[in-house]
Amino acid sequence: MATATKPEPTRRDFLYLATGAVGAVGAAFAAWPFIDQMNPTSAVLALASIEVDISSIQLGQQVVFKWRGHPLFVRRRTPKEIAEARAVPVSELIDPVARNANLPDSAPATDANREFKPEWLVLVGVCTHLGCTPTVSTPQSPQGDYGGWLCHCHGSQYDTAGRVRKGPAPQNLAVPPYSFTSDTKIKVG
Amino acid sequence: MKIALPLAAVVLGISLCAAASAEDTSAPLPIKHMQWSFDGPFGTYDQASLQRGFQIYKEVCSACHSLNLVAFHDLAAPGGPGFTEAQAKAIAAGYKIPAEPNEQGEIFDAKGNRLTRPGILADHFPPPFPNEQAARLAFGGALPPDLSLIVKARAGGPNYVYSILTGFAQRPPKGFKVLDGKFYNPYFPGRNISMPPPLMDGTVTFSDGTPNNVAQEAHDVVTFLSWASEPNLDQRHRMGLEVMAFLVLLSGLLFLSYRKIWKDEH
Amino acid sequence: MAGHSTYVPASGFERWLDSRLPIMRLMHDTMTTFPTPRNLNIWYTFGGILTFCLAVQIVTGIVLAMHYVPSADLAFNSVEGRIMREVNYGWLIRYIHANGASMFFFAVYIHMFRGLYYGSYKAPREVLWLLGVLIYVLMMATAFFGYVLPWGQMSFWGATVITSLFSALDQVIPHLGSAITTWLWGDFAVGDATLNRFFSLHYLLPFVIAGVVGLHIWALHVPGNNNPLGIDVKGPQDTLPFHPYYTVKDAFYLSLFIMLFAAFVFFAPDFFGNPDNAIQANPLVTPPDIVPEWYLLPFYAMLRSIPQKLIGVLVLVGALLTLAFIPWLDTSKVRSCRFRPLMKQCFWLLVADCVMLGYVGSQSADAALSLGGMQLPLVWLARLGTAYYYGFFWLIMPIVGLIETPKALPESIAKAVLGAKAKA
Repeated sequence: MATATKPEPTRRDFLYLATGAVGAVGAAFAAWPFIDQMNPTSAVLALASIEVDISSIQLGQQVVFKWRGHPLFVRRRTPKEIAEARAVPVSELIDPVARNANLPDSAPATDANREFKPEWLVLVGVCTHLGCTPTVSTPQSPQGDYGGWLCHCHGSQYDTAGRVRKGPAPQNLAVPPYSFTSDTKIKVG
Repeated sequence: MKIALPLAAVVLGISLCAAASAEDTSAPLPIKHMQWSFDGPFGTYDQASLQRGFQIYKEVCSACHSLNLVAFHDLAAPGGPGFTEAQAKAIAAGYKIPAEPNEQGEIFDAKGNRLTRPGILADHFPPPFPNEQAARLAFGGALPPDLSLIVKARAGGPNYVYSILTGFAQRPPKGFKVLDGKFYNPYFPGRNISMPPPLMDGTVTFSDGTPNNVAQEAHDVVTFLSWASEPNLDQRHRMGLEVMAFLVLLSGLLFLSYRKIWKDEH
Repeated sequence: MAGHSTYVPASGFERWLDSRLPIMRLMHDTMTTFPTPRNLNIWYTFGGILTFCLAVQIVTGIVLAMHYVPSADLAFNSVEGRIMREVNYGWLIRYIHANGASMFFFAVYIHMFRGLYYGSYKAPREVLWLLGVLIYVLMMATAFFGYVLPWGQMSFWGATVITSLFSALDQVIPHLGSAITTWLWGDFAVGDATLNRFFSLHYLLPFVIAGVVGLHIWALHVPGNNNPLGIDVKGPQDTLPFHPYYTVKDAFYLSLFIMLFAAFVFFAPDFFGNPDNAIQANPLVTPPDIVPEWYLLPFYAMLRSIPQKLIGVLVLVGALLTLAFIPWLDTSKVRSCRFRPLMKQCFWLLVADCVMLGYVGSQSADAALSLGGMQLPLVWLARLGTAYYYGFFWLIMPIVGLIETPKALPESIAKAVLGAKAKA
């Protein structure tokens, strides 16, 4: 190491700094493909939107579809179930927000804000507590006290509009983005 | 080294002038070499050609050849034929896909036909035959290969496929025996090919008014098949140029640093 | 590790750590102050380049294993359908991994020939060389297992041909070889079970390689680097600290190497590939020409040059084993070929011989050259090449070392390097 006096230290330092910086930027860019490869593939993304036929669902029945890897509840509610859901004031709810992807985030959790047509309730079947699938309540086999769903993992209960009524779940069941493409078909996602 | 290098050169020289076999009418001709828009480091697929090529695949090739690895959503992906998502959806819906079991658990209708549903973007191109045996039965034992990787799976790539598609016009030499049920194609190993000439002048009609002679049709469908084999070529070439530019800069800086650090040590 | 440590902890934390796990001291002594001969040339940068190659293969390989399915039914589609088309940047990562194998072998061959030329295998570096041979053999095994995984035609038939080498043992003890091949396959042919175990081993071996690389570097740091003059370091004037002198030099040449690497990945990704591997494995149809990857071609040529199966396999295995005896076959007192005029010529002939064997290995088994109307079967060229390969190590190395008069060695590295500068 025979560095004589101290010639032009700044230019020297700048060169090394620039080299190191360019190398670091390159390494950062090179890391991106290795991170992005873990994201959903194009095949998964192509299935992010599905169309389901609801024509065969009977009154009072719930049919489960699979959407983005999760259960999708489509429930055709009886007039009684609709009336029960509408009778609950928003102030009584644990989560007063609609959680409807088709409405603004601040929309209140009235029953009308939970669906497009009163008879058809479309929900993501994932308990908002820790992700289990709640069990549907029917007159023959009631689940919980609110006529909607009961999550057996930790006992959360939902009413006939899919709103949480008893903890530990913090939020109402989510309403996915969807639309009716005809009277008997809905497009989800 | 004084002896070794010339000797090595001689050995290499011998090695390179490999023997050309004598006149053999069953050996394939050397393939044609064409210009492709996707050649070279700056190459990209010609979108209009890809769309015409897709039309040819759809109207001609797909009657016998599957394209198993290509999905309908690929048609709308960047670097591809450039269909809009709506167009790709419409194309998908035009195909019948074997349906999942219905509520009665059936996959055949009362007449024993396979139930189908319209294709969606996530589906792949459905094969023309349900399995290999069915395809062989239809073609007297020959199996039309899947075309998803055909350009990569043949030495010569696009030039080979182009040569085959345009090679049917040539007459067999005197004394050459074209086997029963086969066709003469001088670019095919053995020159007897099971595939009948797929393309004629006017086989398809292009909506953009491009001439529909065999050469143009072959050129377009080979472009499409090249894309099917290597759908990320555009992105690969673009990224490659960026990476190269970056490496030139980095190497330059490293070289200056190297020179500076070693200045007094050589 | 050579000499005493000059590490001085820079902070309280480093002092605390140093008395518990002296890892900073280790890094400092091996990668910063490590005294390195001042005359290492470009060929000495390939050790660092190889470390880079190993890291790249391990990182890309772990990523590919996240998407790959080791099943005979699904493997081909998981590579050509999912990884190459659907996974984000999957094509890039696979092309880096596939071409990375070729770049790895390219670098290792330069590294090995460099060691041969400058006598880096001679005392006191025999263990260093042996560990290198072990790494090379492990690399070949890993590459072979990896080539099977995409489950193309060449994967399948390459696996069949190479594993069938073991069946030659039938000629030693009847049924022994067949029993071994069946055991290797887990089936009566290469199949699902084979693919699964090859995947497992392909994932395991790189970490074994990494471990042996650690020993290789350790064994390097005990005697220190050899150098192009092949003479020992005589004092501090002969060396430079590894950092920054060799870190920057290695980094510059690594950057050039990456440029070559990237040229293949982005502009000729299938250059080293075989079209047949884009066809899914079919146990009923063998491709017309089974060709291994280019880095195995010289050995493949040796194998095919012998018409007797068992002897062919022994010649192949012997060619690799020979490498382990090199430190004791060379009788010369001088390390570097710079000062060994006769050995230098023999060395370059060996390089040409390996290139020629590689070419012969790439041609079909019955190919011939026409020399002015005369047909020379390539198999005879392969026999000549094989003979020279063995002759080089087992005859030329011991004999030339005894009969050759080496040129005068310089007094010291410093004199050779700085003296030349003074004249310039």
